[in-house]
Amino acid sequence: MAKIMSFDELKKIKDRVQSQVDLREKGENIESLVQVRVAMATCGIAAGAREVMNYIVEESAKAGLTNVVVTQTGCMGYCYAEPTIEVTVPGQEPVVYGNVSLEKAAEIIDKHIKNGVMVDGIIPATHKSIE
Amino acid sequence: MSNFKMHMLVCGGTGCISAESELIVSNLQSELEAVGMGDQVQVLKTGCFGFCEKGPVVKVLPDNTFYVEVKPADAAELVKEHIVKGRKVERLLYMDPDKKERVADSKNMDFYKKQMRIALRNCGFIDPDKVEEYIARDGYHALGMAVTSMTPQEVINVIKESGLRGRGGGGFPTGLKWEFASKYDADQKYVVCNADEGDPGAFMDRSILEGDPHSIIEAMAICGYAIGASKGQVYIRAEYPLAIKRLEKGIQDAREAGLLGENIMGTDFSFDIELSFGAGAFVCGEETALIHSMEGERGEPTTKPPFPAESGYWGKPTNVNNVETLANIPIILLKGSAWFAGIGTEKSKGTKVFALAGKINNVGLIEVPMGTTLREVIYDIGGGIKNGKKFKAVQTGGPSGGCLTEKDLDTPIDFDNLIAKGSMMGSGGMIVMDEDDCMPAVAKFYLEFTEEESCGKCTPCRIGTKRLSELLEMVTEGKAEVKHLDEMKRLSRVIKDTALCGLGQTAPNPVLSTLDAFYDEYLAHVQDKKCPAGQCTHLMTYTIDPEACVGCTACRRVCPVEAITGEVKKPHVIDQDKCIKCGACYDKCKFNAISVN
Repeated sequence: MAKIMSFDELKKIKDRVQSQVDLREKGENIESLVQVRVAMATCGIAAGAREVMNYIVEESAKAGLTNVVVTQTGCMGYCYAEPTIEVTVPGQEPVVYGNVSLEKAAEIIDKHIKNGVMVDGIIPATHKSIE
Repeated sequence: MSNFKMHMLVCGGTGCISAESELIVSNLQSELEAVGMGDQVQVLKTGCFGFCEKGPVVKVLPDNTFYVEVKPADAAELVKEHIVKGRKVERLLYMDPDKKERVADSKNMDFYKKQMRIALRNCGFIDPDKVEEYIARDGYHALGMAVTSMTPQEVINVIKESGLRGRGGGGFPTGLKWEFASKYDADQKYVVCNADEGDPGAFMDRSILEGDPHSIIEAMAICGYAIGASKGQVYIRAEYPLAIKRLEKGIQDAREAGLLGENIMGTDFSFDIELSFGAGAFVCGEETALIHSMEGERGEPTTKPPFPAESGYWGKPTNVNNVETLANIPIILLKGSAWFAGIGTEKSKGTKVFALAGKINNVGLIEVPMGTTLREVIYDIGGGIKNGKKFKAVQTGGPSGGCLTEKDLDTPIDFDNLIAKGSMMGSGGMIVMDEDDCMPAVAKFYLEFTEEESCGKCTPCRIGTKRLSELLEMVTEGKAEVKHLDEMKRLSRVIKDTALCGLGQTAPNPVLSTLDAFYDEYLAHVQDKKCPAGQCTHLMTYTIDPEACVGCTACRRVCPVEAITGEVKKPHVIDQDKCIKCGACYDKCKFNAISVN
């Protein structure tokens, strides 16, 4: 690392390296964040779940949404509607979206995550997360 | 911005490394490469998570999954199941012993629920070898704030107001200590970090140095600024190779980043740190002995005053602080003295790190707010006594502390409460004993330790501990009488009152506290010549049951002192005068004919 010549420079470095530990800090207080769980079983992956997951991680970072944490989970059982994601806003019941394309993901970020307005594509939840 | 979607943290403390955690790291990395996700999942080696009982630990974030007892061969399954398919690997999750359920999130584990991690805030969270990770956690910000916008006196005031007391054992107010050192004028002053951790079973300081070395480097620099010192010295035992390696790397990185050296962050303040290695003498944890050892002299204490604040390392004003004390400094400056003073009890602020050891289910490293009770630590966090046995006593403060019993379990832990109960905080070792432990034997163990570690400079400690351990030997061998117990008490008080330094003054504590709480057990040894816990071999009697003995002669042949006689196919007999209680016959007998009591 180059020599840090002032306190302001140190603060700038902190801003730059913050993203290295962000994910871990989010994990520490995951209950207070908007959690997006992407179903990542074989059927989900085949339908493009990984691309959707990457897209949501990158787009929410670009939009400066620091209160979003994206995790993956196993098969939720909606193989007819993959990729499936579950969005949980703190204090609210989880909402499951099916057939999430990249466009749908953009809409979910824009309306549901940013403004709390649910969008089309919600599928009736028949599962319950145990944690 | 980093491309990583997930982090896998693998414990890289000494305990987990000895269980091949480094191989787990490299296996995880190669498995991730194999599935093409090496650029999406970051594998990191961190400091100690504290849950050493079930190490090696692997934590996956951000979903907070805590895997225990992971083996290098498990890496493939972890990657293929958890990372690729999002399914938790059930068999590697922690099993709650009461509910018989697997717990995935460490926050739901009883071990972590009551903990509050301040000194250990970065242990098990960052990669200790990367200064960037420490900076990302507001590292060196407290130093930056101090040198750019605070006067040295203002820094001292914050520490004074926080109520922080020395974590090495004595509990002396840290801010006051800094103020003393700041008042003396000298051309050179020194900041010394005491990393000479020597209590049997204690590893708090080692874990902090291994898991978060930069917090100590930063704190020493802050102290240097506050007292007007430009040189720092870490006195660390050579038997902590990993802590030394991480500290050396930390110091080098800090120098390269201009966080140590000349004109730190463009100010007039300069500070640098060197290491001194100790050979592992317990007495060198005493600050004057430590300073003599650093100067190349014998590690022997001298009388105080003069205190090191006036005349310390090379006769210059010196401030000595323990590792854990220093680990609290940066965060106190960042969060303010009121925040820190709001945690803990009236006279003991903040948290304390304890190394849980002995007959306890969750052996490991924990940090709790002052005022937490021993019961909470032993039963809630520690998970109770191993194998469902009964709790007997807990030794706090290592060889300098005392044994606390059932009646003390609801005592809120702080400096003053423990002293009032006849023990002490010490540096934070906590050894739990169950019904199978013999208390005179425990006291003997600690006395043998202090006897060996006594530097020999003052008579009460050199000869007193020797005599005391001889008396304890007599007790455990059944050769003592009741008058010897009174003799032990008297001698203990003399040593306490007249020894030169803390080592001698506290050495009799294990004897006095066990005599006080377990007098009946001592009496059983001296009057009935019995050891109720069945630990003292000299007090055991091996007998052969003539009904069960078939006369196979196996015991007769194995006895090393020919104490067993008998004819073939006829019951054998042990000559109690010759028997040395080695137990060889007991192990050899296939017919359960030999009993011991």
